[in-house]
Amino acid sequence: MNTLTNKVQDVFCEPGCGKNQAKGEKERKSGCSKQLKPGAAAGGCAFDGAKIALQPITDVAHLVHGPIACEGNSWDNRGAASSGPALYRTGFTTDISESDVVFGGEKRLFRAIKEIIDKYDPPAVFVYQTCVTAMIGDDIEAVCRAAAKKFAKPVIPVNAPGFVGSKNLGNKLAGEALLDYVIGTEEPERTTPYDINIIGEYNLSGELWQVKPLLDELGIRIVACISGDARYHDIACSHRARAAMMVCSKAMINIARKMKERYGIPFFEGSFYGISDTSEALRSVAGLLVQRGAPEELIERTEAVIRREETRAWEQLLPYRERLGGKRVLLITGGVKSWSVVSAIQEVGMIVVGTSVKKSTKEDIERVKEIMGENAHLFDELPPREMYRMLKEAQADIMLSGGRSQFVALKARMPWLDINQERHHAYAGYDGMVALVREIDKSLYNPVWEQVRCPAPWEQRQAASVTGSEAIGDATKFGGVPVRPRLVHPGA
Amino acid sequence: MAVVVTLKKACAVNPLKMSQPIGAALAFLGLNRCLPVLHGSQGCTAFGLVLFVRHFREAIPLQTTAMNEVTTVLGGMENIEQAILNIYTRARPAIIGIASTGLTETKGDDVDGCLKLIRKGHPELDKVAIVYVSTPDYVGAFQDGWAKAVTRLVEDLAESGPAVAGRIGVLAGSHLTPGDIEELRETVEAFGLEPVILPDLSGSLDGHVPEDFSPTTLGGTSVADVRDLGAADFAIAVGEQMRPAAEALTRKCGVRHTVFNRLTGLQENDRLLMLLADLSGRPVPDKFRRRRSQLVDAMLDGHFFFGGKRVAIGAEPDLLWSVGSLLSEMGCEIAAAVTTTTSPLLQSMPCTEVVIGDLDDLEVRAGGCDLIITHSHGRQAAARLGISLLRMGIPMFDRLGAAHRVGIGYRGTRELIFEIGNLFMADERPAHPVRAAAAH
Repeated sequence: MNTLTNKVQDVFCEPGCGKNQAKGEKERKSGCSKQLKPGAAAGGCAFDGAKIALQPITDVAHLVHGPIACEGNSWDNRGAASSGPALYRTGFTTDISESDVVFGGEKRLFRAIKEIIDKYDPPAVFVYQTCVTAMIGDDIEAVCRAAAKKFAKPVIPVNAPGFVGSKNLGNKLAGEALLDYVIGTEEPERTTPYDINIIGEYNLSGELWQVKPLLDELGIRIVACISGDARYHDIACSHRARAAMMVCSKAMINIARKMKERYGIPFFEGSFYGISDTSEALRSVAGLLVQRGAPEELIERTEAVIRREETRAWEQLLPYRERLGGKRVLLITGGVKSWSVVSAIQEVGMIVVGTSVKKSTKEDIERVKEIMGENAHLFDELPPREMYRMLKEAQADIMLSGGRSQFVALKARMPWLDINQERHHAYAGYDGMVALVREIDKSLYNPVWEQVRCPAPWEQRQAASVTGSEAIGDATKFGGVPVRPRLVHPGA
Repeated sequence: MAVVVTLKKACAVNPLKMSQPIGAALAFLGLNRCLPVLHGSQGCTAFGLVLFVRHFREAIPLQTTAMNEVTTVLGGMENIEQAILNIYTRARPAIIGIASTGLTETKGDDVDGCLKLIRKGHPELDKVAIVYVSTPDYVGAFQDGWAKAVTRLVEDLAESGPAVAGRIGVLAGSHLTPGDIEELRETVEAFGLEPVILPDLSGSLDGHVPEDFSPTTLGGTSVADVRDLGAADFAIAVGEQMRPAAEALTRKCGVRHTVFNRLTGLQENDRLLMLLADLSGRPVPDKFRRRRSQLVDAMLDGHFFFGGKRVAIGAEPDLLWSVGSLLSEMGCEIAAAVTTTTSPLLQSMPCTEVVIGDLDDLEVRAGGCDLIITHSHGRQAAARLGISLLRMGIPMFDRLGAAHRVGIGYRGTRELIFEIGNLFMADERPAHPVRAAAAH
């Protein structure tokens, strides 16, 4: 536990984190996440965060050491896509029993690793610590070391039991596991001046693939995406990249920062959400590579691709500007997505009436204010009841959020779109932006809203007899979505 | 008769099983104005919540005591107290159901003791029922957690009183959907009897659009109803898992009971209707006579497609028993049966072996089968084997309408026969000279 405590402290004190820089020594030590309130808390644990961050490595076995809850209640529920191997979607767990709790689970863990290697022979096994096995003192580092030696195969301990903290902390502890055990342990077959890492991109619904063709076209090679659609070998070789892009805000900043320190790989923070953000990201990638010695003409080629893609994306968005202009959006999401999605949907003339900034850093918030103007509502916390009221009173035309609050919107009979990790559509890059807008349009103009908002006829009659006949008309005013001819979706 | 096998392997691959605490939590979700809490790390709750949200496509009220490393070592009393007070202040539930987890059980928190102290210090909580159930993650499975929660509800809340004529307690197992429960209620009511169903997911998770937002469950068995169970004339337990709860009701309140280990299939429903006729003193209503006849007809029409088919089933014991028995009665061979936990029913299963194991155990035994029946996590195995998959059980996250599937009663059985029969029909291949020659 001692090493884990040190790790957690190390991660909390991340010097690369802007939020941290503003804190005093003591504040920093106490960690980034607010103390959880029992009975009024929401969100995943550190183990969840670690699994989210590493599970997209597709060719390794992810073995959860703990009781059935940690894997059995949650496996195969994330949308990280693979272009090849499918082993990452197999759920492995030691499913410890009461006698393991009494006598210790290390032997079972060792045997489990052996069973996996015998049957699947993956390039590596990742072993996840959980609360119960941490409590009983199972030393997963020692077991992994012994197993790695015995089976001559990387066996990586991921020491992020749920009770050490939040999902975000788990993301970072997962990053530490990669830094300690994986990155820099193998050498690539070849290198080029165009080699980059993308850090903190999980390829949900295949979002990486919306951007990769553009990089391919520019001759820019992704050595490793950490960890979307990744292979173990690629991450092991990622220390040979020339530059890096850090995608998911602060989730894996420790990887980016430490790879810069250890291997001299410069990084920038960027986003593939939104047209201008995507262009900016491509520009930064090219710029960094040129700084590191890639031929200067890369910048001109990149600008040409940006010009072409922006023009194409705007052309595709044009028909939507008229249909979506002035529509009001309530955006409930965390961190980097707040500002990147805000600027994205403003590009088609939609108005963001409010957004959550719960998980955002001060810089994120500043940036949101800059984009949205001072009048926008920034919610630190928007309780479901309040969310429901806003929607029911039609203060917004659509809500964009994660799956948790889906039913708050739907029960208020308002359009809703999933923009979190369980989403089914990919929204990255130029095409992704067009896809997002297309989905918003499909949702807003679905004729179903008219039907579902119409009260039952007997209720209408009742209302009429109480307040006069005017009440009948009320329902049709609700929400105010006009009935318009449906658009033939380009490319849909 | 089957041999029950637990395999000696260290690694579970593709879990079939889910854990006890979320089974208990779902049972609590069948109570009206309830807010269940898992006493554990926030992740325990988050996983359960996401699972139920995806299955029911509903908002799920479920809280956590948010234990961390330090509070776990020091003991969770303070967190339990804070959780209860925060929930009381924010949501004003009628009942708070608390289930422990592996984390807090490993520490060994004395939650019953804590609750006594909390009650003493907070008289404002007197109007809130608080029920605690011990459900370590590393023992048993989902179904066990559900059963323990229901038993504890009966033990803590049911009050004996003079039996009310016509009041029938119905103890519903975790394998019943909200749709099943609606069917059951309608059946009991058709005899002029008054069912009190515990837990009643058909009130809370049947997917309806309420008039206003609620931070607690939207319906289900009220606390008063649970109390009144003690004055029921008779109790019907559905699922072997409900036997301990039924026995607790008999022990505590003297309510007579009977256990139906399934209500899928012809004869078990005959038995139910005869029981209801006896209890009510009324004849079986005409609509059930008609439905029975329809079921018999469905069995006649369907048996051509079921006979000799080999089916692999992965399900919790009571669901395995229900669907496995029906298939066997229709002429199928249960070629593989995998389940999550022990049950007295397993050795009576109409197959040679029942494995307490995982979906990998099912996959290696399902080769050459005509159909796989399990929850949505079976989709990978079914795709690899190229065998049709019928999704049954929890979770069912990649299909609509999980809550409204009905598989009990004459009608539900009839629909299930059609659904499975149609899968068999769809997989039939047209005659082909090469295959005919190969078969020769």
